[in-house]
Amino acid sequence: MKRALAVAAVLSFFLGPLAWQALTSIWPEAELTRPLPRSLTLSSYAGLGGTFARAVLSSLVVAAGTTAVSLAVGASAAFAIAKLDFPGRRLLLGGALAISMFPPIATVGPLYLVLRAVGLRDSLAGLVLPYTTFALPLTLWLLTSFFQELPDELYRAARVDGCTPWQAFLHVFLPLSWPALATSAILVFIFSWNELLYALTFLSTPTKRTVPVAIALFAGEHVEPWGQIAAASVVATLPLAILTLLFQRRIVSGLTAGAVKE
Amino acid sequence: MNARRQAAALAAPAVAVLGGIAVAPVLAAVWLSLHRSILIFHEQRWVGLANFRFLLGDARFGSAVSTTAYFTAVAVSAELALGLLVAVLLQRGGGLFRAAVLLPWAVPTAVSARMWAWLFNPDYGLLHRIAPGIDWLGSPRMALHAAILVDVWKTTPFVALLLLAGLQAIPEEVLKAARVDGARPARVFFSVTLPLLRPAILLALLFRSLDAFRVFDAIYVLTEGGPANATETLSIYAYKTLMRSGDFGYGSTLSVATFACVLALGLVWLRVLGRRR
Repeated sequence: MKRALAVAAVLSFFLGPLAWQALTSIWPEAELTRPLPRSLTLSSYAGLGGTFARAVLSSLVVAAGTTAVSLAVGASAAFAIAKLDFPGRRLLLGGALAISMFPPIATVGPLYLVLRAVGLRDSLAGLVLPYTTFALPLTLWLLTSFFQELPDELYRAARVDGCTPWQAFLHVFLPLSWPALATSAILVFIFSWNELLYALTFLSTPTKRTVPVAIALFAGEHVEPWGQIAAASVVATLPLAILTLLFQRRIVSGLTAGAVKE
Repeated sequence: MNARRQAAALAAPAVAVLGGIAVAPVLAAVWLSLHRSILIFHEQRWVGLANFRFLLGDARFGSAVSTTAYFTAVAVSAELALGLLVAVLLQRGGGLFRAAVLLPWAVPTAVSARMWAWLFNPDYGLLHRIAPGIDWLGSPRMALHAAILVDVWKTTPFVALLLLAGLQAIPEEVLKAARVDGARPARVFFSVTLPLLRPAILLALLFRSLDAFRVFDAIYVLTEGGPANATETLSIYAYKTLMRSGDFGYGSTLSVATFACVLALGLVWLRVLGRRR
């Protein structure tokens, strides 16, 4: 009984605000002053229009691009750290962990100047690069611990069969690593989809804004359009909610990978 | 090509990317902090440590440090306490319960801050409907706590999952032995479970406090540092100096100071974690 009460309290704290936001999104704007709506409407969603659809598209492009870059760069490095011998491999893994703890405000100024100098400021491609500061360490960490769990004999056998280290990675280890690649991809996608500071700083054209920037800067002409903000929030959250529900096992194991190993 | 060289070649792209987009910018920020650099005037000249001398006498910086420290301490303590409760509940919960708890973690911080701003709305917000009379975002005292509440809502799931992983690693026999010896459930929890959970707790503290110390999104969306700079954290102050005033010299000084604080905090936690072994 005490447990049921505690579960109910926890669930209402975590889900209550989301439910209220979902209700607000279908609550007629003119009736927001009432205790509860008398009718429901989808007009807040219709009012979002093309600008917000473009924001969703921008976010998709940036998140997918970041995921692709960090997996492409991270997988081979993680394999090298886990199975091969080269100077500084421990330093690389430790350094990546330290970098993931860097406050983004420490890098945002110089990155702004560099992106401006090379003409990549205010472009989605220019956003992918800074995003790898948090995406690549995560990918390296997850994939390295996955490769470390695969037996060393696998690598030796591939070498005996005449594979170079590169071929062993490409033909033996990479095909086995899809579960870890999927976990990394999901986490990197979510983190990129949610990022605000870099996107806010580097993008200046309103039509290029990503979803978090669009929602942070959402403003009406006279009053705050709460119904539309709520509708935009639902649209921004829905893909993540679906990912979370479908892949919660993967997400949880990825997030706690470091903790369990300790 | 020998195997060692090929191994280094496999790792090289990652090293180049991390060096280019993380290490080099931090060094560049240190370099910029030694200059007077105003973007729109195309002005950049060496001033040595003048920015850092100014920093020491800057009352706004001092207040940003204490705001950030207070935010971090209160938010992380609350997340740890609530996270522990949720982790214990999750131990016997199904997958759906776990997914429901995980949901706030997946919501973008900017979105969750906007959502809470609506809950805090002084006229029609849900919190006003339940308990009227609290000016959540308008009063300097309350606003920082409102931001802490948003952070607690958003990140407690992560803490709970870390602690849950720690709880699941505790062997069942140890708990059984304590119960056989006649210990009551509360005694088992505080004398057996909690000490064994220490590594997971320290790890959660490490991750969360470093993350909370760099807080930007929630406060930017909720209050932009107001009212009366009451919620201005280090990241917000540095951001405003860099991007609003275009002062890349002093803005970089603030960024470097933030970086130094996070580094010091991280080293302290690593020492605490290391002592355990």
